[in-house]
Amino acid sequence: MTYSYPDNSGHFGPYGGIYMAETLIPAVEELRQQYLRFRDDPEFKAEFEYELKHYVGRPSPIYHARRLSDELGGAQIYLKREDLNHTGAHKINNAIGQALLAKRMGKKRVIAETGAGMHGVATATVAARFGMECIVYMGAEDIQRQAPNVFRMKLLGATVVPVESGSKTLKDACNEAIRDWVTNVESTFYIFGTAAGPHPYPMMVRDFQCVIGNEAKVQMPEMIGRQPDAVIACVGGGSNAIGLFHPYIEDEGVAIIGVEAGGHGIASGEHAAPLTANAKVGVLHGNKVYLIQDENGQIIETHSISAGLDYPGVGPEHCLLKDMGRAQYVAIDDDEALAAFDALCRFEGIIPALESSHALAHAMKIAPKMARDKVLLVNLSGRGDKDMNTVARLKGITL
Amino acid sequence: MNRIQATFDRLGQQQRKALIPFVTAGDPSLAMTVPLMHALVAAGADVLELGVPFSDPMADGPTIQRASERALRNGMTLRGVLAMVAEFRRQDTTTPVVLMGYGNPIEAMGWEAFSQRCAEVGVDGVLTVDFPPEESHEAFEHLQRHDIAPIFLLAPTTTEARIEQVAQLARGYVYYVSLKGVTGAGNLDLSAIGEKLPQLRKHIKLPIGVGFGIRDAETARAVADMADAVVIGSRIVQEIENAAPEALLDNVKHFVAGVRAALDK
Repeated sequence: MTYSYPDNSGHFGPYGGIYMAETLIPAVEELRQQYLRFRDDPEFKAEFEYELKHYVGRPSPIYHARRLSDELGGAQIYLKREDLNHTGAHKINNAIGQALLAKRMGKKRVIAETGAGMHGVATATVAARFGMECIVYMGAEDIQRQAPNVFRMKLLGATVVPVESGSKTLKDACNEAIRDWVTNVESTFYIFGTAAGPHPYPMMVRDFQCVIGNEAKVQMPEMIGRQPDAVIACVGGGSNAIGLFHPYIEDEGVAIIGVEAGGHGIASGEHAAPLTANAKVGVLHGNKVYLIQDENGQIIETHSISAGLDYPGVGPEHCLLKDMGRAQYVAIDDDEALAAFDALCRFEGIIPALESSHALAHAMKIAPKMARDKVLLVNLSGRGDKDMNTVARLKGITL
Repeated sequence: MNRIQATFDRLGQQQRKALIPFVTAGDPSLAMTVPLMHALVAAGADVLELGVPFSDPMADGPTIQRASERALRNGMTLRGVLAMVAEFRRQDTTTPVVLMGYGNPIEAMGWEAFSQRCAEVGVDGVLTVDFPPEESHEAFEHLQRHDIAPIFLLAPTTTEARIEQVAQLARGYVYYVSLKGVTGAGNLDLSAIGEKLPQLRKHIKLPIGVGFGIRDAETARAVADMADAVVIGSRIVQEIENAAPEALLDNVKHFVAGVRAALDK
């Protein structure tokens, strides 16, 4: 198969687009033009690769989780160690790419939304690295859940603005960042954290994150002499997932599995899994996607143990991959994710982010039913240090 | 002839400018919206913009955000808003009503069903803030089929090429967003509006309304000297938010009548 999305108007089949207020349309158009100009510019590419190598610490290794695999008694689980990146997650790949673009566009002020705080930390980090003013919008509820990351952002010189509107989580932080952007459109670059939003963000964020999958495609043959049988990643907006998946799309021998946040279970209605739950298609934050909403088109509050997955929409490319049947989307609930979190701590000495624990949990669920020579590559998108408070609270422990 | 065009034609003959107030449907209560609409007309409104509340009003400042939250808590839905317009039309068959909001509630209802219902209840125009011309093909087709005017926004950042594009698609009037920012912001720059409007008029033959950030009669008057219509939203919503229930209609009428007088001076 050949696969080439988005089209020139920023659509992935029926999904994507530029659903933004008029004031911002010229801004996203300028961004699109500038991105297309620099994307293939040798100097830009060289600088991006230099930063990824020397600042982020790439390539991130792939690790064979042998004890965990033996314990499960089936397929071998390999981990793409994005948790070992500088700042502890995949988010930095995209933040550096966008900061380099902001620099070339002469923007001295960057803004970002954040849920778990990892994208906020990544943005605050690159803003410090490149000498830019940085404002991070974060839902008041997430500020409670992710206090260590809030402090990290402040140490890095960012201003963290609590968002009190709506559900006080990631989607509301997005709304507030968009309001800032529309007000300061000429001075400000919006470093969007996931492969969603108006064109060109879904394409641009994907391209920056594809370093994950491109590395894996080289590393897996070096380690096992072939590509894995499946690649597995958690999907909130879906940037770590599309970064791993995209280089494998035309490689049809590799199954692609996206893992959404099942929260209290799909049947409970309290989840953040629009693809798995087959939510109605709708428009939010600049793009048309599967979207958790009520029958009147109002966005419903989602639930997940992990702030980074607690979002009602999903990137448009995942919507297309679902419809095409090229990727399979499943949900892992809070308890399953926690169990996987514990297992990785105990069997491998790795504390994963709760987001990544969802991907791992699905691998642990299917591995026992597979032969021992099968290989599952799980994107370990972030480390779990930020989740200490959440996990302690769930275990009834006061730190 | 549709009501929007008839209204602007009449005002043109009288050499008067249109006053377009905005209120969020269902705020402060479901029962109050239709009386508010009549009160606005009685105080001198020419066109009514009725806000359809949305859970994620990205283009709105805190005042209209709070109004949307109140309205949604009161159980306001798109279908409910359409029913309110039907009720309003029982007494008022001439004042144009434009629904303003975000696209998703309409997407959820379906553009054809929505457009048909708009025609039935007497909605004259629809403005979806987050649907630029590029994404409005489907919406446009269904609205046009039922003779509902698609109202488009233009902004200080809009390029000349886009102005031409909007000129092709727009019906009714065009809404010029007077500042870079959200509704109700405080950074209105009259001279910047004065510079932009001639550029718009080169391509736009429809009446041009100006809104976002107009907070008093004096500013409204200054804007009306340059534009065909003045849109006032957040300032009226603020009046609704602050008024005691029994004083609400009088307070809103008093404010709108003051703006009307300034426009007609």
